[in-house]
Amino acid sequence: MSKSNFTRRGLLRTGAVAGAGLAMPTIFNGASWAASHGGYTNAPQGGTVTLGFNVPQTGPYADEGADELLAQQLAVEHLNGMGDGGCLNTFTSKALKGNGILGKKVQFVTGDTQTKSDAARASAKSMIEKDGAIMINGGSSSGVAVAVQGLCQEAGVIFMAGLTHANDTTGKDRKANGFRHFFNAYMSGAALAPVLAKEMGTDRRAYHLTADYNWGWTQEESIVASTEALGWETVNTVKTPLASTDFSSYIAPVLNSGADVLVLNHYGGNMVNSLSNAIQFDLLNKQVNGKDFKIVVPLYSELMAAGAGANIKGVLGSMNYNWQLDNPGSKAFVKSFGEKYGKPPSNSAQTCYAQVLLYADACERAGSFNPCAVEEALTGGDSSMPGISSDANKGFLFDGLGNGQTLYRRDDHQCFKDVLVVRGAENPTNAYDTLEIVEVTPVEKVWYEPNNPMFGGDEAKLGSCNPGA
Amino acid sequence: MDSFILQVLNGLDKGSAYALIALGLTLIFGTLGVVNFAHGALFMIGAFCAVFIQRLLSLSFLTVDDTKKDFLGNPLKVETPYIEAWFGPELGGSIINWSVPLAIFFAIPVMLLVGYVMERGLIKHFYKRPHADQILVTFGLAIVLQEIIKYFYGANPIPTPAPDALAGAFDFGVLLGFDHNTIIYPYWRMIYFAFAGIIIAGVFAFLQFTTFGMVVRAGMADRETVGLLGINIDKRFTLMFGIAAGVAGLAGVMYTPINPPNYHMGMDFLVLSFVVVVVGGMGSLPGAVLAGFLLGILESFASTTWATTTIPGINQVIIYLVAIIVLLTRPRGLLGRKGVMEE
Repeated sequence: MSKSNFTRRGLLRTGAVAGAGLAMPTIFNGASWAASHGGYTNAPQGGTVTLGFNVPQTGPYADEGADELLAQQLAVEHLNGMGDGGCLNTFTSKALKGNGILGKKVQFVTGDTQTKSDAARASAKSMIEKDGAIMINGGSSSGVAVAVQGLCQEAGVIFMAGLTHANDTTGKDRKANGFRHFFNAYMSGAALAPVLAKEMGTDRRAYHLTADYNWGWTQEESIVASTEALGWETVNTVKTPLASTDFSSYIAPVLNSGADVLVLNHYGGNMVNSLSNAIQFDLLNKQVNGKDFKIVVPLYSELMAAGAGANIKGVLGSMNYNWQLDNPGSKAFVKSFGEKYGKPPSNSAQTCYAQVLLYADACERAGSFNPCAVEEALTGGDSSMPGISSDANKGFLFDGLGNGQTLYRRDDHQCFKDVLVVRGAENPTNAYDTLEIVEVTPVEKVWYEPNNPMFGGDEAKLGSCNPGA
Repeated sequence: MDSFILQVLNGLDKGSAYALIALGLTLIFGTLGVVNFAHGALFMIGAFCAVFIQRLLSLSFLTVDDTKKDFLGNPLKVETPYIEAWFGPELGGSIINWSVPLAIFFAIPVMLLVGYVMERGLIKHFYKRPHADQILVTFGLAIVLQEIIKYFYGANPIPTPAPDALAGAFDFGVLLGFDHNTIIYPYWRMIYFAFAGIIIAGVFAFLQFTTFGMVVRAGMADRETVGLLGINIDKRFTLMFGIAAGVAGLAGVMYTPINPPNYHMGMDFLVLSFVVVVVGGMGSLPGAVLAGFLLGILESFASTTWATTTIPGINQVIIYLVAIIVLLTRPRGLLGRKGVMEE
């Protein structure tokens, strides 16, 4: 005969313990836990705050990622009161004191995007979940930026994009928790157009070679729109596979097409190879339709210019920033960066540096790390860019970070500032002045409304900010 | 007609690189029976031999030019290559300008040595292992080699231009009675095609007309019997591995003015080259060369606007499509031999 050990009191006691155990996750995920931890994801505990720098450390953009990381480390030094302070001395917002962010010492963790969306999301997720990163910054690809921005929105942390040029990042894929300081494809087209008209005239026939992915398409669309508005004719738009290495079969037919301008909507290795191939075919020494043949590379970077070598001589393009810019913010940044690392910063480095300072400044002004408070401080202001008449001209206006006067626009979290048109230098004196500034296109020429069809039209919405937790 | 000629030229030029890499792959497979996934890395190492020579010739000393400023406003440090100081700016500059052709003489011994060390140090331990093991170990080796190159030279492409005298393009159209600029083709790409032809002919002549080559061919046909005759076939096969590495390396050196080299350029060619080998027929040297040029030309035609508008995406899949058709109709490839990779 068996004997049961169950008693009524024992059953109640066991049930109570089990019930408490089962309820535990709910309690820890609930409002009381959130309140005790600031009510948002990864609220800093103790005397430090952790930022996550997600840059390509391996793969073809590893050098660009390394440059971004140098700038991010410099920004952290300046935030913690080390070094010469860099742009803290020139930034028009004076909230940052060099004592960390809100009195907490800034520390950082790094992730490797590998310039692959899935790898970038995994590294960002790891930094958020394991390392407690409260903000993610960096990257060298629009595909990566859109993927990580989506992740940060879901996780309830702020994403301060690095180098991302596709319209979609702050267009149809815009998110309330995501912010872009870098310029975009539309701005490249708008900035280049007046210079192209001045240097090449308004009667030109353009042939586009376009990298066959999201960024390439948006850039082609933007450049076609702005050049056709000048009166140019688009002869052909040819999509080239992203994995292409030899572009000769795409370039060989260009001269026969009747085109007198070749637009290379390529970036990174694609651009280096397509431009090198075009130069091999001697296109720049040809005459078509009675005009000198020209090549345009709408998006330049210093590393691409270094890779293409002498092939970039005389070729026009656009940039978000160049170290040769002559303003107090740029000078302070170049001095800090140059003295520490022995070379001038790239435009991807500058955008990451500016983004880290902008985030820190927004936290200080908001008095909180809560992403919703940060969003309000970063773009919710009522200041506006002088000289532009638009209801959308509202946000946070600042200067002193290297690009001149800049507006972080409220409606789409896109920065608006002057855009540089640059040209491959004919006679560079060293490895760093391979690009020369041709024109600084003023911000009013690159302005667009938030519901512009190239940016998702009326359907594109930021949504609401997610504090997470 | 002019577009047709242009795309044939393009195809021959693309095919040259495919054929050279596939030739080396087939040499290794045909002699040692090893599927070498590190072959693309050998192509890349060859390219970096050119980068090394360019940097070596450009080694400079610094002088301060007080009249110019650097980016920090300090007096500019001007780099002057030693070679220009020794031989004068004109001759010194010309030597640096010809660094790619000069690199050939450096690449030959280096690649033979790399091939020898690779075969004796690693690959020989995998002769009797399954092909899957060989693929894994050689693929791993390829990754290690490219990371070593990245450590020293970074991830960014490095411009390695052709000599000025060989830059620019030739107007073929005028020769054939077309208008100016109708069919132009870069000089260096024509040189690459000619160079590939010489290397391929050299390898075939070596195998066909020398005693060494005859023994190697006999070994490829029946290794055991050749061994029973008292010939040390392994030693000869090791040298063939070195020659295959040399062919890949030279292909890499000469490719640098076409596209600036970077550490992962070998991987870009690897898969395509294996498709070329399979289409040509595993172990068949003429098959590898034939398939290299054939697929190069087909790829070139598939990239034309007409082709991509008629069948979108055809430029991305043409090579694999052809591989499927060839393998369905001729399972051993175009010129494959019976018994190779068949149990």
